[in-house]
Amino acid sequence: MIRIEPREAPSRLLTLGVPVVSAILAIALAAIPLALAGADVLAAYGFMAKGVFGSVFAFTEMLTRATPLIFTGLAATLAFRAKLWNIGGEGQFYLGAMAAVAVGTGWVEAPPIVMVPFILLIGAAAGGIGMAVPTYLKTRFGADEVVTTLLLNFIILIFLQMMLQGPLKDPMGMGWPQSAPIIDQGVLPQLLPRMRIHAGLILALVLAVAAHIALSKSVWGFKLRAVGENAAAALHAGIGVKRTLMGVAMVSGALAGLAGVSEVAGLKGYLTNDLSPGYGYTGIVVAMLAGLSPLGVVISALFIASVFVGADTMSRAMGVSSYLADLVVSMSLLCVLIGGFVARYKFTRVTREAA
Amino acid sequence: MTDNTVLALKGLSKRFGSVVANNAVSLTLKRGEVLALLGENGAGKTTLMNMLFGHYLPDSGSVDVADASGKLRPLTLGHPQAALAAGIGMVHQHFALAENLTALDNILLGGESLLSWRQNRRAARAKVQGIIERTGLAAPLDEPVGNLSVGERQRVEILKALYHDARILVLDEPTAVLTPQEADTLFENIGAMTRDGLSVIFISHKLREVLDFSHRIAVLRHGEKVGEIATDQADEQIIARMMVGADTEVAPHPEMQTGAPVLQMKALRVAGANARTSLNGADLTVHAHEIVGIAGVSGNGQTALAQVISGLVAPDGGELWISDRQISQFTPPAMLRAGVGRIPEDRNHDGIIGAMSVAENLIIERLDAPDVSAKGFLRQGEIRKHAKRLSADYDVRGPGVDAPARLLSGGNVQKLILARVFEASPRLILANQPTRGLDLGATNEVGRRLLEARAKGSGVLLISEDLDEILALSDRVVVIHDGQLTEANTKDRAAIGLMMAGEHA
Repeated sequence: MIRIEPREAPSRLLTLGVPVVSAILAIALAAIPLALAGADVLAAYGFMAKGVFGSVFAFTEMLTRATPLIFTGLAATLAFRAKLWNIGGEGQFYLGAMAAVAVGTGWVEAPPIVMVPFILLIGAAAGGIGMAVPTYLKTRFGADEVVTTLLLNFIILIFLQMMLQGPLKDPMGMGWPQSAPIIDQGVLPQLLPRMRIHAGLILALVLAVAAHIALSKSVWGFKLRAVGENAAAALHAGIGVKRTLMGVAMVSGALAGLAGVSEVAGLKGYLTNDLSPGYGYTGIVVAMLAGLSPLGVVISALFIASVFVGADTMSRAMGVSSYLADLVVSMSLLCVLIGGFVARYKFTRVTREAA
Repeated sequence: MTDNTVLALKGLSKRFGSVVANNAVSLTLKRGEVLALLGENGAGKTTLMNMLFGHYLPDSGSVDVADASGKLRPLTLGHPQAALAAGIGMVHQHFALAENLTALDNILLGGESLLSWRQNRRAARAKVQGIIERTGLAAPLDEPVGNLSVGERQRVEILKALYHDARILVLDEPTAVLTPQEADTLFENIGAMTRDGLSVIFISHKLREVLDFSHRIAVLRHGEKVGEIATDQADEQIIARMMVGADTEVAPHPEMQTGAPVLQMKALRVAGANARTSLNGADLTVHAHEIVGIAGVSGNGQTALAQVISGLVAPDGGELWISDRQISQFTPPAMLRAGVGRIPEDRNHDGIIGAMSVAENLIIERLDAPDVSAKGFLRQGEIRKHAKRLSADYDVRGPGVDAPARLLSGGNVQKLILARVFEASPRLILANQPTRGLDLGATNEVGRRLLEARAKGSGVLLISEDLDEILALSDRVVVIHDGQLTEANTKDRAAIGLMMAGEHA
């Protein structure tokens, strides 16, 4: 029989190795449903790779898809490090996007140098408030933020539909529930001609580095980690636990809000109620796969974006359902969770003695 | 035929990574015997007992346990269930009770199948009552464990082991949480149990109780058994020398002229949920150059007293002065600013953040200090330098200042906290159970540091359930009972003991 004992300290190799092995394993496991769907497995993997690395356009499409995931992954990472369970990334994404179109479709006009930062700031603020409210309810009344943030997602989505039928509806939209387009001065600059890749990626990468530095080197990050690891000791040591949580909530919500701004002002141009195919939720997977490390978020967002984009190409080429991508993403999360268990515990074979 | 041996540990070894926790330790225990297991923190006592109880699997060695007929049989190692079935019961230092269940439910838990639970309760209650009558281990059976004092919880743990027919009882530092009277009662109960044929191993740091109540003493040092001696041939010097490998010195306690008051409490009231967290008009003064010991039975308001002075709870009435300033804001940062250093009761829960590094834990109370941070960023070079200096000064031993604090042993965690508190040169030091669970070396170190702080001009409020410690360190003794404080005006153990029980001597 196998005996399971906790390790004194998980080795560095395991900590880094587990996500990588999990990701590879998850892709390998995708062979099973592919085979069940009757596809040529090797050809399918070929199309997946081609979908990501086959051309400059394919690669930039993957980067474009990774951009919102870096934002929402960072949002989940910072909150989770403080043990603040922000499941509301999806709602905060739409709050950010709504705020962006509210101010960015002609209400004010300014040159791009002012307009773009202004839209980003307003969207970030909207997302931040979206997380600050449930966090205030948590610190003041003990309301479980898992429940409140999750349910707020649905409330916000319904609010979005209302707005798209009402005040935010594009009068030139021929009746479609969509907003007016972001004015030209507010659109995030393109990075390459004829490609969809935009400056949101640069902002996401800068924020990932900033989050890494803030977490490991700033007083704020110290407090965040202290509250997350042992709130009782942090309180005893004079750290304002509630205040720290409120700050983390604002930043986490703001990051998710920026994902929304980046999508609406960098990619689509206008807001619909299907702007996000679940970027808020996928951000949680990104964060977990990254081991709650901000720099790891970049890598895991690239991985998950590759899976999505690759699977799209494959499904178009081979007629296999693109839901396969969701399957791989889910399996990689499961593999990471199991892998995390393996990394924390030691397995020894024991021969049972005669009792 | 039989030599009465009920337990034989043969050459048990256990390594954790590169650390040898136990190296070929052998022990025997006879029927009806009380064996004391002594050793410094990190000497491997708890690891040894955890192997016996199946929590850890030894790397080598074996264990024989007598069955009900007295015949020695090999024990399946690494299985707590096997140890339980063989009649080994263990009471850990940290209790493993479900707080929302009653004492009786906790005692029964794990023994019965869930289906027969209801029917057997009456019989089970009778059995528990029988054990209580035979041993005197009184505990309110129908009260949720969350409402019980630490001493009562411990009795529930022992009752649980006895209820499950333990013939060998292992107690990990049983008196660390008890009053002297409670401890004496516990050992009387143990005496009664051993006359019934129970065998007991207890881990302790208190030489007095080891000498008074055990039959045999085994000493561990650095994971090895370094000596074994019949208790009637031992004295304090002999065992202390075996434990630390050298004679220990008791810190001198020179007379000292006290200074101005650093702490004044005037009719302070805290309306807590129960007696443990309530104060009913407490008056107290601590001066500079003075150690005031708070003696009392656990659960009489010590928690409330400590929480108010730590800034975790605001009083409902009365005044609190630190030096010449009245405190109006009861928060940890406000108390830190006022010059209060706090050594918390539960050092692993409130004192350190286990996942953060030793260096980070050393600066956590002064994040805004100019040598710790500048413009919102940590000065990591300075922080590491500071940590290295403090680790050396306060002898914090472990895998280094960058390692997580949870890897430190209990004594070294406390040294880390002492370093943090004393470096801030506090006016008042709140030392709440500062030596609970510490070994002799670390205990002496704490006492020495408190006396040193007193000499430098701090006032010390020492809350302890170890009366010997209070008597050894304090200039004055104040007794806490039912949320009220009374000056003892004596250092007589018996008189203070009576006051602790609420009677006026």
